[in-house]
Amino acid sequence: MPPLKVDIVGGGPGGLYLAILLKKAEPSTDVRVLERNAPDATFGWGVVFSEETLGSLRDADPETHLEITETFARWNRLDIRFGGRELRSTGHSFSAIARARLLEILQRRCRALGVELDFGVEIEELPDADLVVGADGANSLIRRLGEFGTKVEPEGSKYVWFGTDLVFDAFTFIFKETEHGLFNVHAYPYDERMSTFIVECPDVVWRAAGLDELDEHESLAFCEQLFAHDLRGRELFSNRSLWLDFPKVTNRVWHDGRVVLVGDAAHTAHFSIGSGTKLAMEDSIALANGLVRRSWDVEAAIVDYELERAPVVERTQAAASDSAAYFSRMATYTQMEPLQFAFNLLTRSGRITHASLGIRDPQFTRALDSWFGGRAVSPPPAFSPWGEFPNRFSLVPSGFVAVSPEGRISPETPVIGEWTRPEGPVLLQLGHAGRRGSCRPASAGRDLPLEDGWPIVAPLRVPYGPFSRVPERPDEDEILAQFVAAAEIDVDVLELDMAHGYLLGSYLSPLTNPVEDRLRFPLRMLEAVRQVRRGPLAVRLSITDWHPRGNSVDDGIAIARAMRDAGADLIHVEAGQTVHDDRPEYRRGFLTALSDRVRNEARVPTLVGGYLTTLDEANTIVGAGRADLVLLDLPPAQIERSLDPSNTVLLAEVRP
Amino acid sequence: MNIGVGLPTTTPGATGELLLEWARRADAAPFSSVAVLDRVAYDSFEPFAALAGAAGVTRRVRLATMIAIGPLRPTGLLAKQAASVHQLSGGRLTLGLAVGARTEDYEAAHAESRGRGQKLAEQLAYIRGGVDGDRVGPSREGIELLVGGLSGQAFSRMARYADGYAHGGGPPRAFASAAARAEAAWKDLGRPGRPKLWGQGYFTFGDVELGHAYLRDYYAFTGGFVEQIVAANPTSPAALKDFVRGYEEAGCDELVLFSTTPEIEEFERLQEALA
Repeated sequence: MPPLKVDIVGGGPGGLYLAILLKKAEPSTDVRVLERNAPDATFGWGVVFSEETLGSLRDADPETHLEITETFARWNRLDIRFGGRELRSTGHSFSAIARARLLEILQRRCRALGVELDFGVEIEELPDADLVVGADGANSLIRRLGEFGTKVEPEGSKYVWFGTDLVFDAFTFIFKETEHGLFNVHAYPYDERMSTFIVECPDVVWRAAGLDELDEHESLAFCEQLFAHDLRGRELFSNRSLWLDFPKVTNRVWHDGRVVLVGDAAHTAHFSIGSGTKLAMEDSIALANGLVRRSWDVEAAIVDYELERAPVVERTQAAASDSAAYFSRMATYTQMEPLQFAFNLLTRSGRITHASLGIRDPQFTRALDSWFGGRAVSPPPAFSPWGEFPNRFSLVPSGFVAVSPEGRISPETPVIGEWTRPEGPVLLQLGHAGRRGSCRPASAGRDLPLEDGWPIVAPLRVPYGPFSRVPERPDEDEILAQFVAAAEIDVDVLELDMAHGYLLGSYLSPLTNPVEDRLRFPLRMLEAVRQVRRGPLAVRLSITDWHPRGNSVDDGIAIARAMRDAGADLIHVEAGQTVHDDRPEYRRGFLTALSDRVRNEARVPTLVGGYLTTLDEANTIVGAGRADLVLLDLPPAQIERSLDPSNTVLLAEVRP
Repeated sequence: MNIGVGLPTTTPGATGELLLEWARRADAAPFSSVAVLDRVAYDSFEPFAALAGAAGVTRRVRLATMIAIGPLRPTGLLAKQAASVHQLSGGRLTLGLAVGARTEDYEAAHAESRGRGQKLAEQLAYIRGGVDGDRVGPSREGIELLVGGLSGQAFSRMARYADGYAHGGGPPRAFASAAARAEAAWKDLGRPGRPKLWGQGYFTFGDVELGHAYLRDYYAFTGGFVEQIVAANPTSPAALKDFVRGYEEAGCDELVLFSTTPEIEEFERLQEALA
């Protein structure tokens, strides 16, 4: 077989590393790296690695691994500076290296193996090689020369990437409030002399501060001054550092004929999770392995490579996008206590939970637990719900209970008059089914109309689903009276069901009540119930209709705020089912982010479910201030155990 | 976890005789179900006709569509076809429905592809709800209903109207991820218990080149993705055992295994591999 001719366009870590691996695997391969810049020119400052990458690098090329790791700056601490406090958490290992140094190590290894390195080369068309690798970054020319189904969209806040000669001793997050808004910093040391220093702020803050009118030097001066205290009088250094929007690059496919993309050219990942270089180098490992496994059959190898890398990259990119969005919304968390703020930050991506942090950094977790314990009744590790009621046991939700026979969902739905209160603390979910009433029991399905049912009511005389009954207009006074009468009942938490397209929820959505003042009747209802109800009063809401013409999340947050102002103590966060043809998103914890936004933007306590099944999820969500109460789906046997006060669940959904 | 076997309704060279022989043998062997796929613009057997044939030569196995593309058919007709198979088999139909992935099937059937999601929802409500049940017989009572698809709407339709979820195939982790979403939707819609979870996969023990050529042809519409399907296809008993174990660990209730070639020897090799 004639030796393969491989042209790698782009001399960054991904491209150089691929060259090394290919030449090692088959020395007769003609490998060429074509790089636009000079060998010692580089953008950026330091690159960061987590422990996991190091293993795969060690296996792929021990020599490179050794040199890189010997040069690493290492630390296992995270510092969070917020609200005049500095909070530290240990047990998080990171390593970093100067980008220029990394490239120099890789370049030397390339030369030692006989890879041809061509610098100062500007490509205009596809090179004529057996395999062309686009390793030329987010703005890849090679990608633009082919058909990959590319999408590039800006995500996250405005950011600028500096270096500084202050050597931090931990991965450091700094949050600084200014008159224009919140600025935040990601900083980490990468050798004995220098640190990376990235400044971020949301677009609106960027403009308010007049940063859109400053040039490179003025921006640097602004940041130096703003963070003078944290920089301890040291300087910031620019490397053509400008305020940028992070480009999220995705491609439908990563190959087009004999051309394949690796690294940022194929997929960028927001810098805030520190995985860009790691992804690129792991791509190279996978591609090189593919070629070896497929005996240098380029087409087959490219497919293997994409098959192997796509799922990992997708997950990383999703985590990176969430992280970018998270940092752009940090202002909503600034009212939190620093300890909770820090825990929220640490657990933002779901990779660290209350339990796993308890292992990495027991001291931090103890501090958080006792902070919580000091505010509420139940001892840690269980978090007690907010407010006054004694919670040594779980609070059990009643399921939907109708205010009247006509308000039932199905013949099996309990009606308040005949409902028997179970033992122990209970949350009573009181509602009227509206146009989703008069249906068959849930065991058969939902929204299947009964043949001989009863008349149903709704604000709009439109049936819920295919073959559903047509509702009549409701007698609002009568229904209000029914709710008020029911509200006299003695329960620990009373919840008015205004979610999921039942009667009250139907008033709140433009899809089901196309009038100006949609809040009129629901607020009237809440106020009337508030008058007679002394204990905690919750409102269940579909925060989003999951429908382009329905309530958006922002609309839902405004409704939550209105309910809070009218006397609701707690919002039970739900989504969708306002109409039967909505577009839901289902996965584990699919409502957590919504609860986070309602709680921290509408500033009202929340209760949330959304397919949560572990105590760790509950502790993490409540600890991080994403909700105050968590509804868990536990199998019956586990509920028995959970009612033990030393291991209390906050809420348990009792499923038959 | 139960294991079912696919009938060779779409593999080139399958005859009616061969299809019925697969069904007979599945009924005698410890397979819990036989299943069929659905295409119009393809050299394949119509699913309800195939299951009706299988009903005639079996007594025990469930007869399943994994899946049938509901919106290709007028609603009343779909209900009648399904109910007829159900009655002919003495109540053994598992009706898996979805919207399908190829527009050419809709074109060949002269069915409207726009709004097919909505139409599927109507069909599910019609069949499940016994709508017009007196006029459009036979009885649909007792049909086990599954819904397939990966969109949020597919999961909510499943949770609203069906008994469970029909996954379209892939490695065990893909099934596990879909299963979690199905459970989430089920609970969100307030259904008791949990949804039934059906999965499917392929295998090729005999002529691998032929089997892969079939997969490349059948899944040609997925573009570049077809190579990933081929690469993941189990071609040894060990690989198949891994696949089966992965599905079991992910909570699958019934896994249907489809051969990529119709020869009866593949059935025998499958039996051996699973023994």
